[in-house]
Amino acid sequence: MIPFAFLQPTSVDDALAAWTPGAAWLGGGTNLVDLMKTGGGQPSLLIDLSRLPGLRDIEMSDDGGARVGALVSNADLADHPAFAARFPMVAEALLAGASGQIRNAATVAGNILQYPRDAFFKHLGEDPLDGDTTSLSILGANGPVAVHPSDFCVPLAALDAVVEVQGPNGPRDIALADLLAPTADTRTALAPGELVLALRLPAEGATFAGHARYLKVRDRTSFAFALTSAAAALRFDGPRIAEARLALGAVAPTPWRVAEAEALMAGQAPDADLFERAAQTALSGAVAIGDTGWKIELARRTAIRALTLAAAHTPARLPALPGSPFAAQAKDHAHA
Amino acid sequence: MSKIHVTTTVNGDEVEFLADPRETLLDCLRDKLGMTGSKEGCGTGDCGACSVTLDGTLVCSCLVLGVEADGKQVGTIEGVAEGGVLHPLQKKFIEHAALQCGFCTPGILVAAKALLEQNPNPTETEVRYWLAGNLCRCTGYDKIVRAVMDAAADLRGEAA
Ligand SMILES: Cc1cc2nc3c(=O)[nH]c(=O)nc-3n(C[C@H](O)[C@H](O)[C@H](O)COP(=O)(O)OP(=O)(O)OC[C@H]3O[C@@H](n4cnc5c(N)ncnc54)[C@H](O)[C@@H]3O)c2cc1C
Ligand code: FES
Ligand code: FES
Repeated sequence: MIPFAFLQPTSVDDALAAWTPGAAWLGGGTNLVDLMKTGGGQPSLLIDLSRLPGLRDIEMSDDGGARVGALVSNADLADHPAFAARFPMVAEALLAGASGQIRNAATVAGNILQYPRDAFFKHLGEDPLDGDTTSLSILGANGPVAVHPSDFCVPLAALDAVVEVQGPNGPRDIALADLLAPTADTRTALAPGELVLALRLPAEGATFAGHARYLKVRDRTSFAFALTSAAAALRFDGPRIAEARLALGAVAPTPWRVAEAEALMAGQAPDADLFERAAQTALSGAVAIGDTGWKIELARRTAIRALTLAAAHTPARLPALPGSPFAAQAKDHAHA
Repeated sequence: MSKIHVTTTVNGDEVEFLADPRETLLDCLRDKLGMTGSKEGCGTGDCGACSVTLDGTLVCSCLVLGVEADGKQVGTIEGVAEGGVLHPLQKKFIEHAALQCGFCTPGILVAAKALLEQNPNPTETEVRYWLAGNLCRCTGYDKIVRAVMDAAADLRGEAA
């Protein structure tokens, strides 16, 4: 690591005032410190956010939504019973990410803004087609571009999450999908010096609570980034789907919401044929880069499976990953 | 870059050190405080050999900067035994031969202790899930899981 200065401001105003070009915000550090060690990130100033007040609250709003402070840890959000009851697939995605140690340290804002895995190697001039191609995008990319690695952001995209930021030009709200839409020059739509203060989940998302799942496929169930994943949520009107939400993870440089597939399912009966067609539509633009052809088929099957699980209903206990996690903590997570 | 004066509490004792911001908490524990129980297996959050608690929460000390620990409570493997008396987890690790080279052991003990404080009666699945962030290249995990289950029973006052 190259030398850097370190500050621990105790107010948001002081933090914003401390920012200079070359500075970086430090959340849990599980992504940034890791990146700095490989030489992939070289901030001249680290501004530690951990002393900022008021950014660790989880507020369940009266209208049925939620507002989550930027510094809430991934573990604390997943383990919040009222939050998990409204947004079960978000909790499920959080619990499917990383390890206990990392979830404890990782913050909500840091998870959303984490660097993709290729940032760790790009500066070394490595050819992305050499070696491990599992993290290459098959959708929404021209050429070899790494996927957005977050599990958490996949259901967030499906539920129209909004991010509250504050910067040199004052506060603004930005849709998560817009925040994470990378361009040729920028990784995210966060302007220099802007700080994420909170994440909001609109109340409408909670109307899917009874039929919402996050399914993650990985090399090792215990602990690995997703090979493919899907967040699927359905709201029923009698036997038919009133509205569907579907987002795919680990397939594109951003969480990949598929509006066409969602539209196709509205008003239909939930059967295997419908989910096949929805998944086909979701993957219709997919392009294999290098040897990633397997990923298209895996993503298609993951989407079908997630939709099928969601149609069955959200299980009464979270998380419900096959053969893994925490029933004891899940005792509090009864919902739906 | 100038060093920063850090005051923190490690296993209940107040300690002070000067840290370059680039030094991780793991570096500070091992190189400044001589507490070499926590190990560096990977330095990237993958192996858990560096597991410590920070204000009671289990984290990887290789991804925490030493300067971040200012004013916090750090718990390490050195604080698990009380005086000369081994913690039930340590006793059960010996009994079950749950270690071979021992490199992963301090991290696993710290992680398992954190689990049992939060969940005194875990299922085997829960133990495996909780310890997923701790890699062991020797034992095959089975003996570790059995030792943790047995220690949990012991701590609950049940005969195994
Ligand atoms: C071993 C390992 C395994 C992992 N496995 C998974 C996995 O399976 N699934 C998964 O989804 N993730 C996984 N991750 C990634 C993990 O989720 C992220 O590292 C974590 O969420 C980042 O959060 P943080 O608070 O530590 O971020 P930091 O490292 O502190 O920051 C990350 C980025 O966000 C910026 N940032 C942080 N806070 C703010 C803010 N308030 N406003 C503006 N910018 C901010 C930082 O400047 C930096 O650019 C893994 C990580 C590791 C190390
Ligand atoms: S040394 Fe910290 S996780 Fe491996
Ligand atoms: S005993 Fe050797 S790594 Fe676990």
